[in-house]
Amino acid sequence: MPRTGVFVCWCGSNIGGVIDCPETAAAASGFPGVAFSTDYKYMCSEPGQNMVIQAIREHRLDRAVVASCSPRLHEETFRKTLVRAGLNPYMLEMANIREHCTWVHGADIQQARIKAVDLVRRAVAKANRLEPLFESEISVTRRCLVIGGGVAGIQAALDVADAGHEVILVEREPTIGGNMVKLDKTFPTLDCSACISTPKMVAAATHPNIKLYTYAEIEKLAGYVGNFEVTIRQKARYVDHEKCTGCGTCWEKCPTRVPSEFDAGIGQRTAIYIPFPQAVPNKPVIDREHCRYFATGKCEICAKLCPTGAVDYGQEDLVLTEKVGAVVAATGFGLFDWSRVYGEYGYGQYPDVVTGMQFERLVNAAGPTGGKLLRPSDGATPRTVVFIKCVGSRDEAKGRRYCSRICCMYTAKHALQVLEKVPGASVFVFYMDVRTAGKGYEEFYQRAVNNGTVYVRGRVSKIYQDGERLVVRGVDTLLGRPVEVDADMVVLATAVEPGSGAAETARILGINTDQDGFFQEAHPKLRPVETHTRGVFLAGACQAPKDIPDTVAQASGAAAKVAGLLSSKWLSTNPMIATVNEALCTGCFLCVPVCSYRALEPKKITERLPGHPPREREVAGVNTGLCQGCGACNVACRAGAIEVRGFTNEQLLAEVDALCQ
Amino acid sequence: MRYAYYSGCTLHATAREFDLSTRAVCSRLGIELEEIPDWNCCGATAAHATSHLLSVALAARNLALAETQEADLLVPCAACYHRLVTARKEMSENPHLRERVVRIIGREYRGRIGVRSLLEVLDHLDPERLAAGVVRPLRGLKVACYYGCLLVRPPAVTGFDDPEQPQVMDRLMRQWGAEPVDWGYKTECCGAGQGFSNEPVVLKLVRDILATASRAGADCLVCACTLCQSNLDARQGHVNRVYGSDFRLPVMYFTQLIGVGMGMEARELGLDSLFVDPRPVIRALG
Amino acid sequence: MVPLNLNRAIKEGARFVRRLEAESGQKISDCNQCGKCTAGCPLGFAMDLMPNQVMHLIRVGLWAEVLESRTIWLCSHCAVCTTRCPRNIDLARVMDSLRITARREGRIGSERSIALFNEIFLDSVRRYGRAHEFGIGLRHNLLTRRPFKDSDLGRVWLRRGKLKLGTRKIKGAAEIDRIFSEVERTEDGR
Repeated sequence: MPRTGVFVCWCGSNIGGVIDCPETAAAASGFPGVAFSTDYKYMCSEPGQNMVIQAIREHRLDRAVVASCSPRLHEETFRKTLVRAGLNPYMLEMANIREHCTWVHGADIQQARIKAVDLVRRAVAKANRLEPLFESEISVTRRCLVIGGGVAGIQAALDVADAGHEVILVEREPTIGGNMVKLDKTFPTLDCSACISTPKMVAAATHPNIKLYTYAEIEKLAGYVGNFEVTIRQKARYVDHEKCTGCGTCWEKCPTRVPSEFDAGIGQRTAIYIPFPQAVPNKPVIDREHCRYFATGKCEICAKLCPTGAVDYGQEDLVLTEKVGAVVAATGFGLFDWSRVYGEYGYGQYPDVVTGMQFERLVNAAGPTGGKLLRPSDGATPRTVVFIKCVGSRDEAKGRRYCSRICCMYTAKHALQVLEKVPGASVFVFYMDVRTAGKGYEEFYQRAVNNGTVYVRGRVSKIYQDGERLVVRGVDTLLGRPVEVDADMVVLATAVEPGSGAAETARILGINTDQDGFFQEAHPKLRPVETHTRGVFLAGACQAPKDIPDTVAQASGAAAKVAGLLSSKWLSTNPMIATVNEALCTGCFLCVPVCSYRALEPKKITERLPGHPPREREVAGVNTGLCQGCGACNVACRAGAIEVRGFTNEQLLAEVDALCQ
Repeated sequence: MRYAYYSGCTLHATAREFDLSTRAVCSRLGIELEEIPDWNCCGATAAHATSHLLSVALAARNLALAETQEADLLVPCAACYHRLVTARKEMSENPHLRERVVRIIGREYRGRIGVRSLLEVLDHLDPERLAAGVVRPLRGLKVACYYGCLLVRPPAVTGFDDPEQPQVMDRLMRQWGAEPVDWGYKTECCGAGQGFSNEPVVLKLVRDILATASRAGADCLVCACTLCQSNLDARQGHVNRVYGSDFRLPVMYFTQLIGVGMGMEARELGLDSLFVDPRPVIRALG
Repeated sequence: MVPLNLNRAIKEGARFVRRLEAESGQKISDCNQCGKCTAGCPLGFAMDLMPNQVMHLIRVGLWAEVLESRTIWLCSHCAVCTTRCPRNIDLARVMDSLRITARREGRIGSERSIALFNEIFLDSVRRYGRAHEFGIGLRHNLLTRRPFKDSDLGRVWLRRGKLKLGTRKIKGAAEIDRIFSEVERTEDGR
């Protein structure tokens, strides 16, 4: 017979102000198995916990029910209390009579009292059937994988590496640097983006603890926290980087010209190329799709001119694996393709309607115009420039409903840059709101206004080309009238969206994405860099639109989490996970696809039944490192062979029975 | 304590009782008032709506005259105070403007004297000295202190008390035994400047002020501005006619009530020359 | 409504903005249209343009609408806007500058009464050195063709000896007249 103790907490007036806690405790004393019950003002406080410990010792209790707040808040607290009293920590059941009762039923005290007693009865019924559970330990590979070589990935990699752990940094582009290195200047201090990001790129590439893979993608992640195995595909560069010195002869002489991705399509590059002069590594790759040799079998100019014979048309993709204990996803963001849907802005047909990223390249000293602001159509200096914010953001009909968070600030920066580069220029910004939540941001926006930017509150309805000018037709809602601007150039602040391939990365990593496709953090406030998959962390805009300061901060946060995880050789595991009764398992494997964590897989057992010869058959096996104890398999199992420890069928049914009394 | 006294045009006409009561109260409190010889109109709102330079110059002539008296300027009327204090501040912050104005008025002006409102001066008097003057406390009299615009705004110019929750007049009334009511229209504009041209607009503002004061339980309004006083007092009849209301709230200058507290006669203080007769309220004090 | 061409309007309004900023000492683009001025304006209920709209219209070059509005004359210069403006704009001063400009440019709209009052008032000051309320009131009533306006008040004041029919000049009346002339000369010379 169990000896259960019931401890009813007042939580000050949160619970005690609504129901009569002594009365609830008294009611509990009559439930089967209850050897002792009491109440206290704050059970989680030091005297409250001591009271629990003393009661366990005095009344020889072997399990406890704490009726208080959500287990999310204090289950850990009271488990530790049980340990201090000499009990197994899992001999605890919480009854949430605050969030589930007094907070929501304060208006009907009578019903609240009844419900509180019901909830305690349920908890006692379960507690009576609890079994001790034991944590086990798994070993930890003290290395970290960082996916994405933008500023988030670089920062996370550097911080983990500085903490003394080896880092595998994987970037799919030919260079690291990500989006940040494409930018001209960064708000609100206007420091040159390349000047602050290229030293970080070099630091990452030369750090003794960082192993860098560029032009490479992850294909598979197996294993579990502390013991992952990642499969990386090193794409063929057709240039042997061991031999290549980065002299530049090949890309200077290559006859093929294609739009440069790095220049957001407004500049050109060759087929054998480095994306930009300060690329890391500073060695080229061949774009097979556009290379004349691969298309026609003729050319080979690069191979002929290469002084070290590094060009190797026969190179093939390389697939390799690395073992790591933790993963940081830092895959960044993409930009909304406005030209598909914004017909009213010309579907991308007007050359002088450009995106914010294209504008960055147009004013960048290393960009296609050498930093001179010239409009794409005829190379003339634009004297009137119109900026349109929220193109694709806050647009449920055509784009995305959320705010992209960075556009207000970079548009203010662009406005200032036009005013600086083109004396006497007119700059208009069409906006719905100006959002400047950040240190020094509002002041920066005011600077744009003070320097002469005209902010017009309202959206632009249509842009059309009329001779040399673009007519921008919008509204000034403060004026309550439609307005028109004759513009030489229009810049669209396109929405930030998940990077291309984000969904695939999420699938490989076994993490969730939110409704907008960004990677889902474990808790929006309290666990912002963790995911629901233990050992996988998030950094930067892959989690949500973010500016550089926030990205760097989150990257360092993720790195701190990784360093914490890798600080020990051993890791204790949660014992409340699924377990398979192999005798009952029919091997249908319906449980395998329902598991979000890929914790279930078929395994072979040899079955010995009396009177039968031994036979081999397949049953479901649980990977204890991967299982998070969510219970999805439990529900799917038709044979009733799977149970989650701490939530067994018997325990759950006892709870239901108790509630239905 | 000696001050150069700037009474202003209205104190010699429709606001005569403000001048009467100011002189009577000051003399009793030992505040010596020496009228500025041959002072001129401060320019009022008409000047600054017409020419900024003119508005400063008209006020500056008075400042220059007062400077020869070597005493700070004391101004009872809030409207005049506002113009004089504004001109003083602008000239002290802008030497270029001062030079220009000096040339225009043809008088020396160095900006050595201050401009004080009578309320401010009384507020800085020794409380014991004030208390000694109270012979007939205004016990039980519920007063709504009305500061209006020009004393308190803009604070950067007038520097008078708190621009949103001024207390100077309330404090003074309390010292005299009255009971200031808490009300929300202490500093709301009464629109006096529009009285001549837009009476319907002004009547609404006056009505709102009177109604708020009544609801707060006030027996009377106390004010410090000639424009406000005549607007709230004289137009009460028009308000009642237009809105069908029945306001009979006496609107007195703070100097008049102080005089009553000092035991002066109604005639001495000009209490008999207001539109809404305050004498029943005063008599009710016993 | 025909769309307003912003380039043209702002370009054509730039000179006005520059002059208004010089006259008032306030920067028009400082206004971020939060509307707190309008929220607190005691005369707002009677205005044709809200105070914040005044700022915005000037910003986008529609100054003529502002000069001809009733608003700038209905403004009582109570300075609630100035006192509470989060951007430290002295809007009351801007209103003054607008009145001055409207008068100077002869662009006073339908609300002429106040301008007329100011003129009569200053005329009295110029002539006598002080404002003679009776004369001012009477002239204003005659010129606005409302001879009996406030005559009930006037009668009471007269009876109580508060309004004087006769006028007396201050000794320095000539000096005051000279101040007016000097100001005019200085301002014309600008």
